[in-house]
Amino acid sequence: MLAKVIVVTSGKGGVGKTTTSAALAAGLALRGHKTVVIDFDVGLRNLDLVMGCERRVVFDFINVINGDANLNQALIKDKRHDNLFIFPTSQTRDKNALKREGVERVMEELKQQFEYIICDSPAGIEHGAITALYFADSAIIVTNPEVSSVRDSDRIIGILASKSRRAERNEPAVEVHLLLTRYDAGRVAKGEMLAVDDVKEILSIPLLGVIPESESVLRASNTGTPVVFDEESPAGRAYIDAVARFLGEQREMRFLKAERRSFFRTLFGRA
Amino acid sequence: MGFFSSLFRSKPTSASIAKERLKIVLAHERASNRAPDFLPVLQKELLAVVGRYVEISDDGIRVSLGAAGDTSTLEINIEIEGGKVKKGGSGPALSAAV
Repeated sequence: MLAKVIVVTSGKGGVGKTTTSAALAAGLALRGHKTVVIDFDVGLRNLDLVMGCERRVVFDFINVINGDANLNQALIKDKRHDNLFIFPTSQTRDKNALKREGVERVMEELKQQFEYIICDSPAGIEHGAITALYFADSAIIVTNPEVSSVRDSDRIIGILASKSRRAERNEPAVEVHLLLTRYDAGRVAKGEMLAVDDVKEILSIPLLGVIPESESVLRASNTGTPVVFDEESPAGRAYIDAVARFLGEQREMRFLKAERRSFFRTLFGRA
Repeated sequence: MGFFSSLFRSKPTSASIAKERLKIVLAHERASNRAPDFLPVLQKELLAVVGRYVEISDDGIRVSLGAAGDTSTLEINIEIEGGKVKKGGSGPALSAAV
């Protein structure tokens, strides 16, 4: 099988790209697919923390591009799952360290070993973000139900259609998926937040999933555990559903209606 | 406005305001992002050439590429300040569609 390159991107920062990259990679690994997740945010490395392997980083993406280390020295095998690998980035301040030819060579090498290659994009539309999306076959557009995030998503969808390698080579377009995160069904019901259908209509791309605003996301990053490992949490379950849809399964969208918290749960329970 | 009319007139929610604003701004941005790269340069050069003959301000020129049916159009609109023609220039040309 040919490896599939997936970019997790958004334009805007802080919408949940790294959380999504970690959840998606772990989710695909749990479904039996050998997956690597790469941090493209050179200089602002954070995927290692979210994945809980920050103390195991020895070599990084830039070392491999420059030939200072080989791929297998830099790849970190996840301790929770055999199918899951993390490829950390460098903390260098040289933003142009990600040379396209070098990245291409590393990507080709990764394609020999993995089924899915998840590229965690930096925010913005500068060199790092463009390099992260350049090789993509699929893109997950992480969007918050909020005006600036929706606008930036629209911009990045346009860039995928014009600046990706598939666009440059006139190949079939990058497959784009909308992932709406930090969704608060209660506020949507009150007319205080854009509804999922509004965002879908504005961006006109297919919906992969809706991740509810959930305390479990912060808990997951606090402990360095991808949120899909917390099967009790709404966000974890929503990501597991999104992974299943990505793999072609039909699953009903959950968490679109405001949940009534029972009196006892409010008193004693956790979200 | 009476108490009852204010009670029954439904005020748009902030989410619906957000949706309308996004629709408008994105329609505009999608059109301009699709514009070819040469337009700003063309605009600058036109400004320089036309400015030799008539008084125009930097923002008095609008160049846009459009499509109607099978034909593409390049629309150039130039506003002349107070209809002033510089010495040696020919008559004022206000708008041209090619």
